[in-house]
This record gives sequence, C-alpha cells and structure tokens, in this order.
Amino acid sequence: MKAARLLLPLVVVLAVYAVLQILFMTEVLNAYWEKIFSLSAFVTICCLGLGIIYGFTGQFSLGHAAFYGIGAYSAALFTKALQVDSALGFLVAILIGGASAGLVGFLIGLPILRLRSDYLGIATLGFGVMVKTGLDNTDGLAGLLGGDLLGGARGMTGIPPLASFTWAFGFLVIAVIVLRNFVYSNLGRACLAIREDEIAADVMGVNTTRYKTIAFVIGCAYAGVAGALYAHFYRFLHPSNFDFLKSVDFLMVVVLGGLGSITGTVIAAVGWTFLLEGLRFVLPSNLLDFRMVIYPLILIAMMLLRPRGLFGGNELGPLKPPIDEPQPKASEARSPGVTA
Amino acid sequence: MDLIYILQQLLNGLQLGFVYALIALGYTMVYGIVRLINFAHGDVFMVGAFVSFFAISSFQFSGFIGFVETMLLAMLACAVLGVVIERLAYRPLRNAPRIAALITAIGVSIFLEYFGSLNFVFGPNYRSFPRPFEVQTWDVGGLRISSIQVIIIAVALLLVVALQLFVQRTRIGMAMRAVAFDHDTARLMGINVDFIISVTFAIGSALAGAGGLLFAIAYPTINPFMGIMPGLKAFVAAVLGGIGIIPGALLGALIMGQAEVLTGSVLSSVRDIVAFGILIIVLLVKPTGILGKRVTEKV
Repeated sequence: MKAARLLLPLVVVLAVYAVLQILFMTEVLNAYWEKIFSLSAFVTICCLGLGIIYGFTGQFSLGHAAFYGIGAYSAALFTKALQVDSALGFLVAILIGGASAGLVGFLIGLPILRLRSDYLGIATLGFGVMVKTGLDNTDGLAGLLGGDLLGGARGMTGIPPLASFTWAFGFLVIAVIVLRNFVYSNLGRACLAIREDEIAADVMGVNTTRYKTIAFVIGCAYAGVAGALYAHFYRFLHPSNFDFLKSVDFLMVVVLGGLGSITGTVIAAVGWTFLLEGLRFVLPSNLLDFRMVIYPLILIAMMLLRPRGLFGGNELGPLKPPIDEPQPKASEARSPGVTA
Repeated sequence: MDLIYILQQLLNGLQLGFVYALIALGYTMVYGIVRLINFAHGDVFMVGAFVSFFAISSFQFSGFIGFVETMLLAMLACAVLGVVIERLAYRPLRNAPRIAALITAIGVSIFLEYFGSLNFVFGPNYRSFPRPFEVQTWDVGGLRISSIQVIIIAVALLLVVALQLFVQRTRIGMAMRAVAFDHDTARLMGINVDFIISVTFAIGSALAGAGGLLFAIAYPTINPFMGIMPGLKAFVAAVLGGIGIIPGALLGALIMGQAEVLTGSVLSSVRDIVAFGILIIVLLVKPTGILGKRVTEKV
C-alpha cells in the first residue's frame, strides 16, 4: 500500500520531466520556454521557502527576496572567484547559497522574530531594503575580494553557466519532498501550532522562539538555493532583481496558492510565472504596455473572489496528510473589529 | 563641518521630514482604523503630484493663490481616489483574512503605477515640475532659507494641527476614534462605520495629495514610480512614531527626514541602510513605536 502511494507520484514526476525534456530537445519548445520553465522552478522553490515561514508558521515576511539575493550572490561569488566548472563544484555552490542565506536568516531572525504580525513584516521589509542597498554598494568590497567581482549597481556578470532545466527540476522535486516531510513531522506540527495561536502553543510547551527560528532559517535556505540556481542559469545578477517588489511577488504567490498548501504554492508559482510571460504573447504588440496593468487587476480580482487563495490550505495527491485526519486550516485572521 | 553646515542640513532634513509627515499621517490613520498597511498610499501621493502638474501647466495657476488652488485641487482629487479605492478594493475584503486586503493594496499600488505609465495617462517619462511661484532665498546669518522650505513647513504644520483638532474636537473625529477602538461597539453606538472609514480614507489621501504637491515643488522631477520610496519611508516613519498615533507620525517623519539627510550628507549611498536600520532597532527596543503605549488610543 505504501509503495503504491509513492509509486504513482514518482511515475508522474518522471513522466513530466521526460516529456518536457523531449520537447526541449526536439525544439518544439525553444530555449526561451526552457528558460521560463526553469524560472518557474526557481520561483517555486523560493515561494515554498516563504510558505514554510508564512504559510505554515504564520511569520509574516516582506523581505524574502533579500535571502534569494544573498543566496544568488554568494553562490555566484564562489563559482566566479574559483572558476568552478564541474557539477560537483556547482552542487557545493548551491549549498553555499542555501547555507549563507540560512545563516543570515538565523542572525537576523533571532532578534526580529520576537515581533508579531505586521511589525515583523515591517522589520523584514526594512531588512530587505538594507540588503538591496548593500548589494548596490558592493564596490567598496572590490579591494577585499581582490577584484570587482560583485559589480555593485552595474550588476554582476561572468557567472559560469552551470545550471540547466534538469538542475531546476531536480531541486524543485527535492524541495517539495523535504517540505512535505517537514510539515508532517513533529517540527512541522509545532510550527502549525504557532501559526494557529502562538500563545496557546507556548502554553502547551512548544518552544516558540526555537521553532520560529528553525522555520525561518529553513525558509531562507530555500530562497538561497533558488537564488544560487537562478544565478547560474541567467548568469547576470542585478540588485534590482531582489528588491521589495520581488518580495511582494513571492508573497503574492504564497497567498494566491493558499496559506499552508504545498500544492497551491507550486501551482500558483508556476501559473504566475506563465501568466506574466503568457500575457506577452496574448496581447497585441500595441497593447503590450497593458501587461503590467492587467496583472494587478487579475491579482485584485483573485483576492476578491478567493480571499483564502486557490487551495485554502488543502493538498492534492501524495502531499495530503499521511493519515486520515482533518486538514489543517489556513490561519484565519479575524476581522479588524474583533481583534481591536 | 562647521555649525552653519550642520544647521543647513538640519533644515533640509526638516523640509523632507514634513513632506514625509503628510504621507505618514494617511498611513497611520488608515492603519489605525482598519489595520491595513495601505501600500497604495504612496501612489496616491504620486497622483497628487501629477494632478498638481496638470493643474499648474493647463490652468496656468501661479503665485501664492495659484499654489493654494493647486493644492486644493490635488487634495480633492486624491480624496476622491482614496474613497474609490477603499470602496472598490478594500471594503469587500473587510471580513476576509487581513493578508488578502494587504495583497489587494499592493495590487492597487502596482495598478496605479503602471496605469499611470501608459502613454495616454501620465506617460512613463520623468517630467520636470513647474513651480507655481518664484523661489526666493533668504540669508539668515549664513543659513540659507528658501521660500520652498518655509511653505512646506508652514503648510505641513497647518495641516497636522488641523487634523489633530479635527480628530480630537469634532463629532466625526470622535467617531473615528471610536471606530478605531472597536468596529462592532462603534456600530452599536449608532456610528455609521462605513462612512467613517470613507472619511478616514478621504482625509488621509487628501493629505498625501498635498504632500505630493509639496514634494514636487521641493524636488521638481515627477514620474509614475515616484511614490514607492517616499511611501515606504513615510510608512516606516509612522511605525517609528507609533502607528495609529497622529503626533507619532509627525515625530517619526521628522526623525526619518533628519536621518536621511544627515547620513546623505556624509555618505549618500548608505542613507537607506541607516533609515531602515533605525527602524529595526526601534522595533526591537519598543515594538509599538516611540510614542506607542501598551494600550494606545488610535486613529
């Protein structure tokens, strides 16, 4: 029974990968589409990280792109400085990206995770702006690094082309599996308890600071891994790719998918990337300017129609809870009048 | 660095701080009453600057009277815009999870920016802003004071005081405080909560409109994305002073203005780091802001 539960999703995942890879090789889908598919995988990994922090643990973060950027820049610095060109070296670079984002997440998370809801959001927003400004001003580090490696506000170039769709897809699958097992472990249960009611969780003996920090660090490491992959796929990094609006993008995906839903996050992340790119093709060229006007309108319409997101905390297939039990509900913020 | 130079920088910081204050007031009022970080507020500020631009260039407003006319027009336009945004985008979500309203606010913000960038609206380019009056500069013991600085500080002070009186002394102001305290109880007391929330959005947006005009006069280049950074910083200022508290917004904005100008005068590239660093430190030491109390009176 257990084997059968795992076999079907494995076959589906391999089939999806094989079909896409064949389409890319036969050039039915050209290199541009390979880029979009890969990008959607990076965005998904990063959003799954934010999902751990916000969707499952309820810690509001408006600065997730900062960790995406930290991972991208640190991994790219490693491969560029050491002229890495092997797959093993790239794997090390990805781990460095994830570890450095996780470490920074630990250092910043320890003090600011004491803050609640909106205040935490504002503090992470502030941290995001600081990281972006810092990346804009890396020229001062050129002496320390022995050369202008990071490029400051001009952007970082010369990153070796190590990533491919296979890397993106592989890490996406790993990210989903790890996250699923995390959510249904004791650790994940503690995080869910914190999301539902932090004080109650504390009273029940959950060490809230510890679990909030763990969730935050894992979420940041996800973003770092996604950033490292992104850096070696696009091979050009610019601080403005990691600004406040990018953090907002990730937050939108997580909310659109439904807080506390892995399935929803994956579908929303892929759908969102394709929606943005798809509008380029659907719109006639003289209306291309409307792309960024239609996009917020779709967003607003989605929120008005489905304020709890597409999946509202539910899961599909193998991502469902392992035993029959009530589904975890998305945290329901009470109306402002009640909380006052 | 001599004393005059420092005083000059303090004065410049004061000018920037008062502009931030006008934006921060709208953030703080809206947050106080519906607990929503209204990310579209910075873009309402941008619309205020553009309305002023078109008022000055098409109606040929000039002189002090022209300035007042422009300001009233910008405030009116922004008030209407704020009420419309609240009615269409936020009100249907009042009982939804708060994050839905926040995402919607971000959506409205992006919409205003990119809709404004369309060629038949404001256009994507930078425009230089025509000042409705000639700039005069007075020399006070080596300190250079411009008419812009005098006008900004005077107008902002006037509006802040007027707002404080309105909130503390009028029946509608009392109703606003009641709604901020508790929607349901306020409704039981016979207060029309929807109307009061609309009034709050109207006043907050009108102040942002005035801020847009003053900002454009002081830093005379405008574009559809000009609202993002001042909006963020004004919001930070509101949090710094204690969100929901009107004097707190003013205090926070003045601190932000000084922090930005003073660090900018030493090393301009790191001024955002300092501004947001102050925010994080203040939040860690006193999460409710400088003037915040454990039980705060909000609007």
